Amino acid sequence: MLSNFDFDVIRRALPYLFYEGMTFTLTLTALAALGGLIFGTALALMRLSGYKLLGRIAGLYVDFMRSLPLVLVIFWFYFLVPYIGQWVTGASRPISVGAFASSLITFIMFEAAYFSEIMRAGIQSISRGQPAAASALGLTYAQSMRYVVLPQAFRNMLPVLITQTIVLFQDTSLVYVLSITDFLGAASKVAQRDGRLVEMYLFAAVVYFTISCIASFGVRRLQARIAIIR
Amino acid sequence: MIEISHVNKWYSPTFQVLTDCTTSVTKGEVVVVCGPSGSGKSTLIKCVNALEPFQSGDISVDGTKVNDPKTNLPKLRSRVGMVFQHFELFPHLKIIDNLCLAQQKVLGRSHDKAETKGMQLLERVGLKEHAQKFPAQLSGGQQQRVAIARALAMDPIVMLFDEPTSALDPEMVSEVLDVMVDLAREGMTMMVVTHEMGFARKVANRVIFMDRGEIVEDAPKDDFFGKPRSDRAQKFLSKILSH
Ligand SMILES: Nc1ncnc2c1ncn2[C@@H]1O[C@H](COP(=O)(O)OP(=O)(O)O)[C@@H](O)[C@H]1O
Ligand SMILES: [Mg+2]
Repeated sequence: MLSNFDFDVIRRALPYLFYEGMTFTLTLTALAALGGLIFGTALALMRLSGYKLLGRIAGLYVDFMRSLPLVLVIFWFYFLVPYIGQWVTGASRPISVGAFASSLITFIMFEAAYFSEIMRAGIQSISRGQPAAASALGLTYAQSMRYVVLPQAFRNMLPVLITQTIVLFQDTSLVYVLSITDFLGAASKVAQRDGRLVEMYLFAAVVYFTISCIASFGVRRLQARIAIIR
Repeated sequence: MIEISHVNKWYSPTFQVLTDCTTSVTKGEVVVVCGPSGSGKSTLIKCVNALEPFQSGDISVDGTKVNDPKTNLPKLRSRVGMVFQHFELFPHLKIIDNLCLAQQKVLGRSHDKAETKGMQLLERVGLKEHAQKFPAQLSGGQQQRVAIARALAMDPIVMLFDEPTSALDPEMVSEVLDVMVDLAREGMTMMVVTHEMGFARKVANRVIFMDRGEIVEDAPKDDFFGKPRSDRAQKFLSKILSH
């Protein structure tokens, strides 16, 4: 099998794979992680707010998102959003939402459920004396969260947040169900076109593996550094 | 300056932590609060700046009612300095930034002004050269002095202390008490929960003794140390003074 392994097909496809595919994958990962972190922090604050109704809504949302396979959410969201958009804006025909926008929103919504649990644990890890000291200085609840509690929660949780982002990086490959040209999509297109399935899928696996490994290694170094500062 | 009248507080329907507490602290007065552990001292002092709510009674600070829903609590708290048992410095901020944060965000001071004020206060508590360090790099006594400086940076009209030296190693207690004694001698109005009777003897005007959520004794310092009227206070005093 390896005797007719064609390395050249990979070499020729590199610009396409990386400039188009990997750029898309990394952009989607970064934006989804950022959006998921912001939305997830909002969900965590809702759950910890002490307002029962807000907490219930956020809790239901988190449980709902975590009980669905991601690939189904991506798929359904892509086909439903145009109709939801039509309903919301009252337009006469379904709104066209690009595949990128649709998948980005899906990932943000999905990741928010996971990030919110991480941030909730992070906020709860801060001793109650910290917000008390902030209040005693005259900071409002929002200021105490913004300047005292969340920065510490974020720092404490940084390794876990990055680990979750590595999972997200791999999960973005699921957008293949929308025939999007992310890194895996690009590799698969070349594979079909040139009839080189083994080479391309093997190469894709190596790339995902390498990037994830380097990132995990970085997390471990980071953990060690944080441990010293504390 | 502080008026506490008939305050009752329950943590749960069956657990009353404060029972009919009434006392006051006038301008420039130093009042020491003591009593056995669990008697409600921390709870009472936290009611003064509304860190803890209470169900009945009234507390006012400088004429502003703490338990009035219309009171702007952040604004009131910014004028009441508080020092905690466990310092509660913000570990992610440098010492100088610990002092600047509330000055800038609450009082709206410019960064330069806040920093100048912060450095003055660090100098006053003898920690100017530590301004760029993080709290974890300082000893407990140093951290507590920073916490006092942080509270003073807000130009408070009154200072509350909740057992400021009881989490410290014995050799660090006096460096914190010295700062507090200076403060008292400069005329700061202070309400201090502490078991440091040496401090009370030196600068207190009055001593309050609490037990099981009640103010059992509230007397001028000399009367309190001379002849405590209640058995409970006598027992307590003989216990802590024999150490
Ligand atoms: N948040 C709380 N919820 C329930 N009980 C509390 C809480 N805080 C303190 N208590 C209880 O209230 C009593 C008084 O506590 P505290 O005011 O801290 O006493 P002290 O400072 O005199 O040691 C104690 O029995 C304590 O266990
Ligand atoms: Mg206490």
